[in-house]
Amino acid sequence: MKPIDPQMAQKTLSDLKGKQLYVHLETTNGAYASHRNQSFLSAGTFIRNVQLTFLNGTIKGHGPYRIGMETELGYVYAEGLTDWKINKKGQVLFAGHDKDGKLAIAFQLSETPFPK
Amino acid sequence: MERHILVVFPHPDDEAFGVAGTILSYTSAGTPVTYICLTLGEMGRNMGRPLFADRETLPEIRKKELLEACKLLGIKDLRPFGMRDKMIEFTDQQLLIQRLYNTIIEIKPSLIITFYPGYAVHPDHDATGAAVIQAVKRLPVEEQPVVHAVAFSEGCEAVIGEPDIIIDIKEFADKKLKVIEAHQSQTAGMIEAMKEHYENGDEEVKERLTKERFWTYPIEE
Repeated sequence: MKPIDPQMAQKTLSDLKGKQLYVHLETTNGAYASHRNQSFLSAGTFIRNVQLTFLNGTIKGHGPYRIGMETELGYVYAEGLTDWKINKKGQVLFAGHDKDGKLAIAFQLSETPFPK
Repeated sequence: MERHILVVFPHPDDEAFGVAGTILSYTSAGTPVTYICLTLGEMGRNMGRPLFADRETLPEIRKKELLEACKLLGIKDLRPFGMRDKMIEFTDQQLLIQRLYNTIIEIKPSLIITFYPGYAVHPDHDATGAAVIQAVKRLPVEEQPVVHAVAFSEGCEAVIGEPDIIIDIKEFADKKLKVIEAHQSQTAGMIEAMKEHYENGDEEVKERLTKERFWTYPIEE
Protein backbone atom coordinates (compact mmCIF):
# COMPACT_ATOMS: atom_id res chain seq x y z
CA MET A 1 0.00 0.00 0.00
CA LYS A 2 0.98 3.62 -0.46
CA PRO A 3 0.07 6.82 1.36
CA ILE A 4 -3.29 8.03 0.11
CA ASP A 5 -3.23 10.50 -2.75
CA PRO A 6 -6.51 12.29 -2.10
CA GLN A 7 -6.99 13.56 -5.67
CA MET A 8 -6.46 10.12 -7.15
CA ALA A 9 -8.58 8.54 -4.44
CA GLN A 10 -11.42 10.95 -5.16
CA LYS A 11 -11.25 10.16 -8.86
CA THR A 12 -11.37 6.44 -8.05
CA LEU A 13 -14.37 6.91 -5.76
CA SER A 14 -16.19 8.98 -8.36
CA ASP A 15 -15.65 6.22 -10.93
CA LEU A 16 -17.34 3.72 -8.60
CA LYS A 17 -20.40 5.88 -8.02
CA GLY A 18 -23.66 4.16 -8.99
CA LYS A 19 -22.01 0.75 -9.39
CA GLN A 20 -23.04 -2.36 -7.48
CA LEU A 21 -20.21 -2.88 -5.04
CA TYR A 22 -19.12 -5.30 -2.34
CA VAL A 23 -17.77 -3.64 0.77
CA HIS A 24 -15.40 -4.78 3.50
CA LEU A 25 -15.37 -2.41 6.46
CA GLU A 26 -13.46 -3.10 9.64
CA THR A 27 -12.04 -1.45 12.70
CA THR A 28 -9.89 -3.14 15.30
CA ASN A 29 -7.81 -2.46 18.40
CA GLY A 30 -6.29 -5.91 18.24
CA ALA A 31 -7.40 -9.00 20.12
CA TYR A 32 -4.93 -8.36 22.94
CA ALA A 33 -5.74 -4.72 23.69
CA SER A 34 -7.72 -5.49 26.86
CA HIS A 35 -5.26 -8.22 27.87
CA ARG A 36 -2.42 -5.71 27.93
CA ASN A 37 -4.46 -2.98 29.57
CA GLN A 38 -7.47 -4.26 31.46
CA SER A 39 -9.10 -0.85 31.78
CA PHE A 40 -9.14 -0.53 28.00
CA LEU A 41 -12.46 -1.25 26.34
CA SER A 42 -11.61 -3.04 23.15
CA ALA A 43 -14.23 -2.34 20.53
CA GLY A 44 -14.06 -3.38 16.93
CA THR A 45 -16.18 -4.53 14.06
CA PHE A 46 -16.04 -6.03 10.64
CA ILE A 47 -18.53 -6.62 7.91
CA ARG A 48 -17.49 -8.33 4.70
CA ASN A 49 -19.19 -8.47 1.33
CA VAL A 50 -22.11 -6.22 2.02
CA GLN A 51 -23.63 -5.17 -1.29
CA LEU A 52 -23.94 -1.48 -1.69
CA THR A 53 -24.36 1.24 -4.26
CA PHE A 54 -23.52 4.80 -3.31
CA LEU A 55 -24.88 8.07 -4.66
CA ASN A 56 -21.98 10.19 -3.47
CA GLY A 57 -18.59 9.25 -2.13
CA THR A 58 -16.08 11.83 -0.96
CA ILE A 59 -12.67 11.80 0.65
CA LYS A 60 -11.89 14.59 3.11
CA GLY A 61 -9.19 15.68 5.49
CA HIS A 62 -5.45 16.29 5.34
CA GLY A 63 -4.30 12.84 6.37
CA PRO A 64 -5.38 10.71 8.05
CA TYR A 65 -8.36 10.93 5.73
CA ARG A 66 -12.10 10.40 6.08
CA ILE A 67 -14.38 8.88 3.49
CA GLY A 68 -18.10 9.42 3.65
CA MET A 69 -20.77 8.03 1.36
CA GLU A 70 -24.43 8.53 0.91
CA THR A 71 -26.50 5.58 -0.22
CA GLU A 72 -30.14 5.52 -1.16
CA LEU A 73 -31.19 4.54 2.36
CA GLY A 74 -28.28 5.61 4.51
CA TYR A 75 -24.60 6.31 4.93
CA VAL A 76 -21.14 4.83 5.19
CA TYR A 77 -18.33 6.53 7.10
CA ALA A 78 -14.70 5.69 7.76
CA GLU A 79 -11.98 7.74 9.43
CA GLY A 80 -8.31 7.26 10.16
CA LEU A 81 -7.41 6.21 6.62
CA THR A 82 -3.73 6.56 5.75
CA ASP A 83 -2.86 4.18 2.90
CA TRP A 84 -4.44 2.75 -0.18
CA LYS A 85 -3.97 0.62 -3.23
CA ILE A 86 -5.87 -0.72 -6.20
CA ASN A 87 -4.98 -4.40 -6.49
CA LYS A 88 -4.74 -6.66 -9.54
CA LYS A 89 -8.41 -7.52 -9.25
CA GLY A 90 -9.31 -3.84 -9.43
CA GLN A 91 -10.38 -3.83 -5.80
CA VAL A 92 -9.90 -0.51 -4.05
CA LEU A 93 -8.36 -0.99 -0.61
CA PHE A 94 -8.12 1.82 1.92
CA ALA A 95 -6.55 1.23 5.32
CA GLY A 96 -5.46 3.16 8.37
CA HIS A 97 -2.19 2.08 9.97
CA ASP A 98 -0.91 3.34 13.31
CA LYS A 99 2.68 4.44 13.94
CA ASP A 100 3.74 0.81 14.38
CA GLY A 101 2.20 -0.16 11.05
CA LYS A 102 -0.67 -2.03 12.66
CA LEU A 103 -3.98 -1.92 10.89
CA ALA A 104 -6.67 0.04 12.74
CA ILE A 105 -9.26 0.34 10.00
CA ALA A 106 -9.88 -1.15 6.57
CA PHE A 107 -12.40 0.10 4.04
CA GLN A 108 -12.49 -1.82 0.79
CA LEU A 109 -14.65 -1.61 -2.31
CA SER A 110 -14.91 -4.18 -5.07
CA GLU A 111 -17.14 -4.93 -8.02
CA THR A 112 -16.73 -8.66 -7.31
CA PRO A 113 -17.11 -10.34 -3.91
CA PHE A 114 -14.07 -10.57 -1.64
CA PRO A 115 -13.08 -14.17 -0.91
CA LYS A 116 -14.94 -15.63 2.06
CA MET B 1 7.49 -41.73 24.87
CA GLU B 2 4.59 -40.21 22.95
CA ARG B 3 3.33 -42.02 19.88
CA HIS B 4 1.83 -39.17 17.91
CA ILE B 5 1.15 -35.54 18.86
CA LEU B 6 -1.83 -33.53 17.63
CA VAL B 7 -1.48 -29.76 17.89
CA VAL B 8 -4.63 -27.68 17.41
CA PHE B 9 -4.49 -23.88 17.23
CA PRO B 10 -6.55 -21.26 15.41
CA HIS B 11 -3.85 -18.96 14.01
CA PRO B 12 -0.54 -19.38 12.23
CA ASP B 13 2.04 -18.27 14.86
CA ASP B 14 0.05 -19.67 17.83
CA GLU B 15 2.40 -22.65 17.58
CA ALA B 16 5.45 -20.38 17.68
CA PHE B 17 5.27 -18.46 20.95
CA GLY B 18 4.18 -20.93 23.58
CA VAL B 19 4.93 -24.35 22.17
CA ALA B 20 7.60 -24.30 19.43
CA GLY B 21 10.28 -25.71 21.73
CA THR B 22 8.02 -28.51 22.89
CA ILE B 23 7.10 -29.41 19.31
CA LEU B 24 10.81 -29.41 18.41
CA SER B 25 11.58 -31.69 21.34
CA TYR B 26 9.04 -34.19 20.00
CA THR B 27 9.91 -33.99 16.31
CA SER B 28 13.65 -34.20 16.98
CA ALA B 29 12.97 -37.39 18.96
CA GLY B 30 11.19 -38.79 15.91
CA THR B 31 7.63 -38.44 17.22
CA PRO B 32 5.25 -37.43 14.41
CA VAL B 33 3.31 -34.19 14.90
CA THR B 34 0.07 -33.31 13.13
CA TYR B 35 -0.89 -29.64 13.25
CA ILE B 36 -4.47 -28.52 12.68
CA CYS B 37 -4.43 -24.78 12.09
CA LEU B 38 -8.02 -23.57 11.90
CA THR B 39 -7.53 -20.25 10.09
CA LEU B 40 -4.87 -18.34 8.19
CA GLY B 41 -5.01 -15.41 10.60
CA GLU B 42 -6.86 -13.43 7.95
CA MET B 43 -7.74 -10.65 10.40
CA GLY B 44 -4.27 -9.98 11.77
CA ARG B 45 -3.41 -6.34 12.45
CA ASN B 46 0.26 -6.64 11.69
CA MET B 47 0.94 -6.00 8.04
CA GLY B 48 4.72 -6.36 8.17
CA ARG B 49 7.39 -3.81 8.93
CA PRO B 50 7.83 -2.00 6.64
CA LEU B 51 4.26 -2.63 5.42
CA PHE B 52 4.14 -5.41 2.86
CA ALA B 53 0.71 -6.95 3.34
CA ASP B 54 -2.86 -5.79 3.15
CA ARG B 55 -6.14 -7.34 4.28
CA GLU B 56 -6.51 -9.24 1.00
CA THR B 57 -2.93 -10.48 0.56
CA LEU B 58 -2.39 -11.37 4.23
CA PRO B 59 -3.89 -14.92 4.14
CA GLU B 60 -1.59 -16.06 1.32
CA ILE B 61 1.45 -14.48 3.00
CA ARG B 62 0.62 -16.10 6.35
CA LYS B 63 0.09 -19.45 4.66
CA LYS B 64 3.65 -19.30 3.29
CA GLU B 65 4.95 -18.29 6.72
CA LEU B 66 3.08 -21.18 8.30
CA LEU B 67 4.59 -23.65 5.83
CA GLU B 68 8.06 -22.30 6.60
CA ALA B 69 7.42 -22.54 10.36
CA CYS B 70 6.25 -26.15 9.96
CA LYS B 71 9.40 -26.97 8.01
CA LEU B 72 11.55 -25.53 10.82
CA LEU B 73 9.48 -27.41 13.42
CA GLY B 74 9.73 -30.73 11.61
CA ILE B 75 5.94 -30.91 11.23
CA LYS B 76 5.18 -33.02 8.19
CA ASP B 77 1.40 -33.17 8.54
CA LEU B 78 -0.15 -29.70 8.46
CA ARG B 79 -3.92 -29.57 8.14
CA PRO B 80 -5.37 -26.12 7.51
CA PHE B 81 -9.08 -26.21 8.37
CA GLY B 82 -10.02 -23.21 6.19
CA MET B 83 -11.96 -21.35 8.84
CA ARG B 84 -12.07 -17.58 9.33
CA ASP B 85 -10.02 -15.68 11.87
CA LYS B 86 -12.23 -14.21 14.66
CA MET B 87 -15.20 -16.40 13.69
CA ILE B 88 -14.36 -19.71 15.40
CA GLU B 89 -16.80 -19.14 18.28
CA PHE B 90 -19.56 -18.21 15.85
CA THR B 91 -19.32 -21.09 13.39
CA ASP B 92 -21.20 -24.38 13.66
CA GLN B 93 -19.61 -25.82 16.81
CA GLN B 94 -20.90 -29.34 16.23
CA LEU B 95 -19.34 -29.38 12.78
CA LEU B 96 -15.99 -28.22 14.15
CA ILE B 97 -16.12 -30.78 16.97
CA GLN B 98 -16.96 -33.49 14.42
CA ARG B 99 -14.03 -32.55 12.18
CA LEU B 100 -11.66 -32.58 15.17
CA TYR B 101 -13.08 -35.88 16.35
CA ASN B 102 -12.60 -37.42 12.89
CA THR B 103 -8.95 -36.37 12.89
CA ILE B 104 -8.42 -37.75 16.40
CA ILE B 105 -9.95 -41.07 15.36
CA GLU B 106 -7.80 -41.14 12.25
CA ILE B 107 -4.39 -40.39 13.77
CA LYS B 108 -4.97 -41.66 17.33
CA PRO B 109 -2.69 -39.17 19.05
CA SER B 110 -1.32 -40.04 22.46
CA LEU B 111 -1.16 -36.32 23.32
CA ILE B 112 -3.05 -33.24 22.15
CA ILE B 113 -1.71 -29.71 22.61
CA THR B 114 -4.21 -26.85 22.41
CA PHE B 115 -5.41 -23.79 24.33
CA TYR B 116 -6.98 -24.01 27.78
CA PRO B 117 -10.62 -23.00 27.20
CA GLY B 118 -11.58 -19.93 29.18
CA TYR B 119 -8.00 -18.95 30.03
CA ALA B 120 -6.43 -18.28 26.67
CA VAL B 121 -7.33 -14.58 26.15
CA HIS B 122 -8.35 -14.55 22.48
CA PRO B 123 -11.92 -15.74 21.80
CA ASP B 124 -10.62 -17.93 18.94
CA HIS B 125 -8.17 -19.56 21.38
CA ASP B 126 -10.87 -20.32 23.94
CA ALA B 127 -13.28 -21.63 21.29
CA THR B 128 -10.57 -23.86 19.80
CA GLY B 129 -9.69 -25.36 23.16
CA ALA B 130 -13.35 -25.89 24.02
CA ALA B 131 -14.06 -27.69 20.74
CA VAL B 132 -11.01 -29.93 21.19
CA ILE B 133 -12.13 -30.90 24.71
CA GLN B 134 -15.61 -31.72 23.41
CA ALA B 135 -14.13 -33.86 20.65
CA VAL B 136 -11.96 -35.76 23.16
CA LYS B 137 -14.98 -36.30 25.42
CA ARG B 138 -16.71 -38.19 22.61
CA LEU B 139 -14.12 -40.95 22.95
CA PRO B 140 -14.48 -43.72 25.51
CA VAL B 141 -12.44 -42.70 28.58
CA GLU B 142 -9.78 -45.39 28.01
CA GLU B 143 -9.16 -44.09 24.49
CA GLN B 144 -8.91 -40.41 25.38
CA PRO B 145 -5.52 -38.86 24.69
CA VAL B 146 -3.93 -36.62 27.31
CA VAL B 147 -4.48 -32.89 26.65
CA HIS B 148 -1.78 -30.38 27.48
CA ALA B 149 -3.37 -26.96 27.46
CA VAL B 150 -1.80 -23.51 27.13
CA ALA B 151 -3.21 -20.79 29.40
CA PHE B 152 -2.05 -17.21 29.75
CA SER B 153 -4.94 -15.03 30.85
CA GLU B 154 -4.21 -12.58 33.65
CA GLY B 155 -4.46 -14.33 36.99
CA CYS B 156 -5.28 -17.76 35.52
CA GLU B 157 -3.06 -19.53 38.09
CA ALA B 158 -5.37 -18.36 40.88
CA VAL B 159 -8.16 -20.43 39.33
CA ILE B 160 -6.56 -23.37 37.54
CA GLY B 161 -3.43 -23.60 39.64
CA GLU B 162 0.17 -23.71 38.53
CA PRO B 163 1.07 -25.49 35.31
CA ASP B 164 1.92 -29.12 36.04
CA ILE B 165 4.04 -29.61 32.92
CA ILE B 166 7.16 -27.50 32.50
CA ILE B 167 9.24 -28.40 29.48
CA ASP B 168 12.86 -27.33 29.40
CA ILE B 169 13.51 -26.22 25.82
CA LYS B 170 16.90 -24.58 26.31
CA GLU B 171 18.51 -26.60 23.55
CA PHE B 172 15.81 -25.43 21.11
CA ALA B 173 15.80 -21.73 22.04
CA ASP B 174 17.61 -20.61 18.88
CA LYS B 175 15.35 -22.68 16.68
CA LYS B 176 12.29 -21.38 18.48
CA LEU B 177 13.44 -17.84 17.67
CA LYS B 178 13.69 -18.87 14.02
CA VAL B 179 10.14 -20.24 14.10
CA ILE B 180 8.88 -16.97 15.57
CA GLU B 181 10.87 -15.12 12.92
CA ALA B 182 9.30 -17.24 10.16
CA HIS B 183 6.00 -15.51 10.89
CA GLN B 184 7.58 -12.40 9.47
CA SER B 185 4.42 -10.38 8.79
CA GLN B 186 3.40 -10.74 12.43
CA THR B 187 6.71 -10.64 14.26
CA ALA B 188 8.98 -8.31 12.26
CA GLY B 189 8.20 -5.49 14.70
CA MET B 190 9.41 -7.38 17.75
CA ILE B 191 11.89 -10.08 16.73
CA GLU B 192 14.99 -7.87 16.84
CA ALA B 193 14.12 -6.58 20.32
CA MET B 194 13.41 -10.15 21.43
CA LYS B 195 16.80 -11.39 20.19
CA GLU B 196 18.56 -8.48 21.81
CA HIS B 197 16.82 -9.04 25.15
CA TYR B 198 17.65 -12.73 24.97
CA GLU B 199 21.32 -12.07 24.31
CA ASN B 200 21.40 -9.52 27.14
CA GLY B 201 19.96 -12.08 29.52
CA ASP B 202 16.53 -10.44 30.03
CA GLU B 203 14.78 -12.81 32.45
CA GLU B 204 11.30 -12.63 30.92
CA VAL B 205 12.46 -13.29 27.36
CA LYS B 206 14.87 -15.97 28.56
CA GLU B 207 12.01 -17.65 30.38
CA ARG B 208 9.86 -17.62 27.22
CA LEU B 209 12.62 -19.11 25.10
CA THR B 210 13.82 -21.77 27.51
CA LYS B 211 10.68 -23.02 29.26
CA GLU B 212 7.20 -23.87 28.07
CA ARG B 213 4.31 -24.39 30.46
CA PHE B 214 1.23 -26.57 30.13
CA TRP B 215 -1.69 -27.63 32.22
CA THR B 216 -2.93 -31.20 31.90
CA TYR B 217 -6.60 -30.61 31.17
CA PRO B 218 -9.01 -32.39 33.52
CA ILE B 219 -11.24 -34.04 30.91
CA GLU B 220 -13.48 -35.74 33.46
CA GLU B 221 -14.04 -34.15 36.82
